[in-house]
Amino acid sequence: MIPLSWYMVLATILFSIGIYGFLVRRNIIIMFLSIELMLNAVNLNLVAMSHYLDSLRGQSFTLFIITVAAAEAAIGLGLVIVLFRNKKTVYVDHINELKG
Amino acid sequence: MISQLIFLYCALVIISTALLAVRFHNPVYSVLSVLVLFFHIAGLYLLLNAEFLAAIQIIVYAGGILILYLFVLFLVNLRQEIKGQRFVAHHRLSTVVSIILGLSLLAIIPYFKLGAKGNYPVARIEQLTHTKALGLELYSTFILPFELAGLILLIAVIGGLVLARNDKDDTANDVSDSTATAISEVQK
Repeated sequence: MIPLSWYMVLATILFSIGIYGFLVRRNIIIMFLSIELMLNAVNLNLVAMSHYLDSLRGQSFTLFIITVAAAEAAIGLGLVIVLFRNKKTVYVDHINELKG
Repeated sequence: MISQLIFLYCALVIISTALLAVRFHNPVYSVLSVLVLFFHIAGLYLLLNAEFLAAIQIIVYAGGILILYLFVLFLVNLRQEIKGQRFVAHHRLSTVVSIILGLSLLAIIPYFKLGAKGNYPVARIEQLTHTKALGLELYSTFILPFELAGLILLIAVIGGLVLARNDKDDTANDVSDSTATAISEVQK
């Protein structure tokens, strides 16, 4: 039997790697990919907890998170396409119009 | 014992592919390593008796979202991406911040206490099959969020269409231009 804390430790490490990737990468597409990593870490936590709590709430919630992740990917990548059409770049440090 | 070994294998692959995904120079390699990661997360879902979610994970994440990422990745000039700098200017500070956040989250975990047990033990889910149990829960307790999820998907479809539309030969601008010139001629 696997203890619940193993799953939580794994989810925490995956979440931190997602945060790291979001903060350090220049490419906005890889930043979105890091957001997917973080969402997956949360999903793993929810499924593990709902398994150990004999409940299905966490798993239903995971289904909704996957839905929202699909919507987020479609909208976010559409935004990236619009950004590339206007600025001809996908690097976040080239997008500094608001900087005074 | 065997399940622990499977968990350790999946955890090892998940952590290493996640690290590789955020560190690869080539973004196509990043997306492909995240693909491996999603498959192993589906494996962990199977270990947790959530077959339906494992299937959804592979169908939606690996089959849908990652293909979308690969298509958008064709925008990037890969040669320039491989040669150029892949991190932002102050990436050492960001590394320290993420490590501190991870360690503090890990420090909280021992204080976690499980709440009250629900009414779906593993035996009942196995008897109903996971898909049916999840469907019963979704269509009774979570019917309103389920409908809202459909609405969110509709918004995503419309939003994606509107955002990715090509505005170059838009006729609306021409019409407004012609009316503006007509108005200015009338004023003269």
